[in-house]
Amino acid sequence: MSVDKATVAKIASLARIRMTDESLERMVPELNGILDWVEQLGEVDTSGVEPMTAVIPNTLRLRADVIDADPLTGGGRRDAVLANAPAAEHGFFGVPKVIE
Amino acid sequence: MTDLTNLGIKAIRDGVAAGDFTAREVAEAFNAAVAGAAALNAFIVTTPDHALAAADAVDAARAKGEPLGTMAGVPIGMKDLFATRGVQTTAASHILEGFKPEYESTVSRNLWNAGAGMLGKLNLDQFAMGSSNETSYFGNVISPWRKEGSDAGMSPGGSSGGSSAAVAARIAPGATGTDTGGSIRQPAAFAGICGIKPTYGRCSRWGVVAFASSLDQAGPMARDVADCAIMLEAMAGFDPKDATSLDLPVPAWEAGLDADLRGKKVGIPREYRMDGTDAEILDSWERGKQWLRDAGAEIVDISLPHTKYALPAYYIIAPAEASSNLARYDGVRYGLRDLPEGAGLQDMYAATRAAGFGDEVKRRILIGTYVLSAGFYDAYYTQAQKVRALVARDFERAFAECDVILAPTTPTASFPLGSLNEDPLTMYLNDVFAVPASLAGLPAMNVPATINRDGLPLGLQLVGKPMDEQTVLNAGLAIEQRAGFAAKPEKWW
Repeated sequence: MSVDKATVAKIASLARIRMTDESLERMVPELNGILDWVEQLGEVDTSGVEPMTAVIPNTLRLRADVIDADPLTGGGRRDAVLANAPAAEHGFFGVPKVIE
Repeated sequence: MTDLTNLGIKAIRDGVAAGDFTAREVAEAFNAAVAGAAALNAFIVTTPDHALAAADAVDAARAKGEPLGTMAGVPIGMKDLFATRGVQTTAASHILEGFKPEYESTVSRNLWNAGAGMLGKLNLDQFAMGSSNETSYFGNVISPWRKEGSDAGMSPGGSSGGSSAAVAARIAPGATGTDTGGSIRQPAAFAGICGIKPTYGRCSRWGVVAFASSLDQAGPMARDVADCAIMLEAMAGFDPKDATSLDLPVPAWEAGLDADLRGKKVGIPREYRMDGTDAEILDSWERGKQWLRDAGAEIVDISLPHTKYALPAYYIIAPAEASSNLARYDGVRYGLRDLPEGAGLQDMYAATRAAGFGDEVKRRILIGTYVLSAGFYDAYYTQAQKVRALVARDFERAFAECDVILAPTTPTASFPLGSLNEDPLTMYLNDVFAVPASLAGLPAMNVPATINRDGLPLGLQLVGKPMDEQTVLNAGLAIEQRAGFAAKPEKWW
């Protein structure tokens, strides 16, 4: 399978990355090179093989359903959470207006 | 007094504990070495005060007769992928420039608790994506090594290239690294130092900037095997904050070091003898076999039939996970925001990500987005996850016949910066021997073996069974004792 410029533009928009016409042109052969190369995985007979999701057997642990269970991550840390925000106002993350 | 920067982790810790010198003297010596090595571009920010404060705490504890930690008095470099409270953490990207975490990663916290201090944040390939340290927003790291008769800048490997350069140049006795598809082992091989990626889950990923979550694993990079054992012991441990953390006690790896390999079987995978592998690499592999035989091990041939498919599977799985992990960088909660005049929310996301990510990161996000998109998900992503299962099964079968696997770490020695840039695929091939163990989550280590005809280091790789870092370290020690690798780069910086 190979991608054309329109497909790369579609992927870039799905990935939320603005791309100029020139960078789209440049990306097409690069992505096709990589995709052609990974095509070889199609040679492998994987019938009856379960796709791997966890690399080392481990059980899923669940955190206790308790408010403020961890003093660092449990909540009530608004100022710390907002400390690195490019635009924080009135205790919230600020974003451009989304509703007229 | 001998120059303290010639000492490794164990020698510093033991010397501080014995009172041969103070932790402050060590920190001052390394701070000065760091300040004098700006030409390597190994650090993005330096934190001399952090190193001094940790040293003073160790000296004070010693004066009061309090017990000292296992890394007491050892100043280290911290790969800039670990969140460090109040200290800029960027993953070598523009999008996180100026980000000062309000929290400390578990691995760095563990190291400070063990008495270590921080010299600074080490440069790396942007978001750990790269094998040469040429994708950092803060410029390339230059290896302290040079080809004989040339002053061309060489690659320190990647992604942990700032770490490998700092340790090789003797401006840090040890450094943290992270390994997703070889990012500890390949730079360690290029720089002539040791580095171990433990079993997936040994070190907490909490507070580590994520690249590919099912693969990312932290580990130490240091001058020798014993130093790696000490530092890994300090870094590792169960962490309830990481759902993939292994709930197991940390073994006493340092105390368990033993180079007597009698009764052990070392597997040699026949598929790792690939076309295009440097003759000198193959030669060092042969010598590695001889060294392990000499240590009492039996050499056996093994087969890992899906080796050829590990790298293409990796370049589907890792970008897929990266495209998901890096979706959080959108200009809202932290980092860069690019808000063009009159732009809406979606335009702000797209502009911010266009300005904040480098080309290699964008390439991988696009590949990941493509292979996860409707219509291609099964053909690419599901197939890659099935191939990953087969790669892991190959190792499982091989470990029925041997205790540890010996292979080259890289197909070539280090290369000049800029020489492999035209084609991303050529660069990816540098991790061909490292990626299979990553896909299977296995502990794997680089140990320096020889110097090639250009005067550059070549490394050997040891891969162990899950949770069996001890056998990896012990086989590494056996090689280290016999290889007698003493070369270090000549100071030009």
